[in-house]
Amino acid sequence: MHTTGLTSPQGIWWKPAHKSEKVWFTISFVWCMILFAMMPLWHVVGGQNPSGIRAKVEPRDYIARVQQFVRDYGTGESESGIPVVAPPPGSDVYLLAAQFQWAPVLQLQEGVEYTLHLSSLDVNHGFNLYPFNVNFQVVPGYDYGLRVTPTEAGDYRIVCNEFCGLGHHLMVGKVLVLPAETTATGPGAEPQAPVGGDS
Amino acid sequence: MSDTAVAGHASPATGPFRTCPTTALRVHRDADALIKANAVAATVALLIGGTAALLVLLTRWQAVHLLSDVMFYRWLTIHGMNMLIFFILFFEMGVLYFTSAVLLNSRVAAPKMGWVAFALMVLGAGLVEWAMFTGRADVLVSSYVPLRAHPLFYLGVILFAVGAMIVTAIFFATLVIAKRERTYTGSVPLVTFGGLTAAIIAVITLGHGAAVYIPTFLWSLGLMDVDPQVYRLLWWGMGHASQQINVAAMVAIWYLLGALTVGAVVVNEKISRTAFVLYIFFISMAAAHHLLVDPGFGPSWKVVNTSYFMYMAVLASMLHGFTVPAGVEMGMRLRGFTQGIFGWLRRAPWDDPGFSAMVFSIVVFGFVGGITGVTFGTEQINIVAHNTLRIPGHFHSTVVSGTAMAFMGATYYLIPLIFRKRIAFYPLARWQPYVFAIGMLIFSLCMTFAGTFGVPRRHYDISFTGAAFQLQYSPAANLMIALMAIGGLIAITGGAMYILVTVWSVFFGKPLGDELSEAALAGTVPPGLYNRPFRELPTEPVELEEHGRLGLMPGTMLLVLIFIMAFVVYYFANWKLLSAMWQIG
Repeated sequence: MHTTGLTSPQGIWWKPAHKSEKVWFTISFVWCMILFAMMPLWHVVGGQNPSGIRAKVEPRDYIARVQQFVRDYGTGESESGIPVVAPPPGSDVYLLAAQFQWAPVLQLQEGVEYTLHLSSLDVNHGFNLYPFNVNFQVVPGYDYGLRVTPTEAGDYRIVCNEFCGLGHHLMVGKVLVLPAETTATGPGAEPQAPVGGDS
Repeated sequence: MSDTAVAGHASPATGPFRTCPTTALRVHRDADALIKANAVAATVALLIGGTAALLVLLTRWQAVHLLSDVMFYRWLTIHGMNMLIFFILFFEMGVLYFTSAVLLNSRVAAPKMGWVAFALMVLGAGLVEWAMFTGRADVLVSSYVPLRAHPLFYLGVILFAVGAMIVTAIFFATLVIAKRERTYTGSVPLVTFGGLTAAIIAVITLGHGAAVYIPTFLWSLGLMDVDPQVYRLLWWGMGHASQQINVAAMVAIWYLLGALTVGAVVVNEKISRTAFVLYIFFISMAAAHHLLVDPGFGPSWKVVNTSYFMYMAVLASMLHGFTVPAGVEMGMRLRGFTQGIFGWLRRAPWDDPGFSAMVFSIVVFGFVGGITGVTFGTEQINIVAHNTLRIPGHFHSTVVSGTAMAFMGATYYLIPLIFRKRIAFYPLARWQPYVFAIGMLIFSLCMTFAGTFGVPRRHYDISFTGAAFQLQYSPAANLMIALMAIGGLIAITGGAMYILVTVWSVFFGKPLGDELSEAALAGTVPPGLYNRPFRELPTEPVELEEHGRLGLMPGTMLLVLIFIMAFVVYYFANWKLLSAMWQIG
């Protein structure tokens, strides 16, 4: 006697599965194990992991770090009045998200590792690197230090992709990545191979 | 029990129970009334949320860009709260009463408390609507602290959740009463078991809801502090877990519609019920899906949680994705539809909106929603998905094309069975699942593809007019947005058809009458209600033919093999995409 989903099965219903159910269960189980194994595996062999250096930070202290960072490596201001900073290779880079601005403008070098710190002054923001689709959550009170190596020179944008208030859609920042052989030449420096977009 | 015996047995006009002439189930009148009230409230929420969908869609479509920025974020909040919270949960309250009291022939435990719960939910929803419509809660559904809404917004959510918690308690109490009063023998039906799963997950969800909304309510009054990262953890403990209530309820509806439309059998109770139990154990861990690129959590926490402890909840969905169509196939084959591999599917009742809705729900939920969800929920792949349009692309194919589609299909049966009305504009109803499913499919696929280019979700203006720096998405991304808008308009048309048909049927529809033959009902209700395949199960052992390696259910086997191939290709294509990014660690 078969049952439908609407009828109460009588007696013992813990019965052996059909062969095709066992086959599908096995395929599914093996696939689930592969899905699981891929994540630890990528920590070993992959170049993109969201681990980073994570710490709590008071917004006030974080702003002090950003200001120090601008004093140390600042090269001027962009046309929209945001400071431009060209940190030396391997250094700690501090990016501040605030309603509704990313600051400062960063000028990095291709193929060099930096520790990019993200934090927010006020509410949650979303770090989205255009045209590469790289995304991180920026949470107030938390310092997310990501070791990044720009692998391609270009003129990049940072779009805010977490709703942060009514000016959310106006919040766009900028990162310049200079080709490996060039040295930083100041705020007006243009990349030799722009990746897209008009500045 | 034969049909004539039941149909001839007139139920008394009064008394706490009526006997359903179609299903022979004894239906408690309080269950009837509570299901009706919750269904009407769900439809009101759907109407508000659907209107909001249209306005939001016409704004994100850059060529139209209808609303102002303030109104866009406000209507987006309204859209999310009405669809994801009010419509879905009111409907699920109806599902809980149906799968407990109705399917078990039982009375509802504490029906007066059911009305208290309903009143609390309406009051809570009303407070939230007031706050949103008056511009006191422009914070979107997730209301991430420290974005601040009016205290009554949070209080409204709390009251709504308390109401839902009471209904869940009534559900458990009804199961106990039914068992004690012996209203059924053996084990509860599989559909009830699915409802039970949804109710247990609801308790977990509402616990998280209390943990996040009560402190946030106090914070909005200035009485305490709430850490933004802890808020995100707890909010998603509720926000994602609530989606798993939807999944469990949707799978229960799949089994329900399979039985009602074609007399689908349960191939193996053990497998289906074990899969539901896997949901209960593992599915709540999925809150981590939203926190994979957050600063507050380490890699081992992320890996263990985002994978629902080694993908045990994905395993559960993959099992249901097999057993539901397998049950349909076996049910059809047992009734003589044995030609070839797909003869059963070709000759299935495609003009039954309950059947077509079920099929579209399974296919789109699995192929689009499931595959994208697991892929985007991978710790590292989330880097190329988080907060882009890929995410709403994913969840519109799970919660809309999956859950809402299944609920729509079920409505075409619930209106005759519970409201005792015929379906108004029945030809429109027959087409509705097709229009809605095709529209949603185009919408969610194009939205997902637009997200692949990095287009952000929850964003008013991707032309960035007035921003400090300019950028322009590729023409391909803009094309995807335009196609998404067209798909969305088709889907909204399908949604409007659903609302028209259900509202008209319930308030102005012709009564079902006592005559239940095909002659009396054809063209006014889904055919499952007069053919009643669920009442005529093949009792003699029918020998099913083995189709080589594909076994007894070859069509389903072939379909799931196609599914796993699509899954593998999409999953590894995303790793490839990720590996082209900047190095990050």
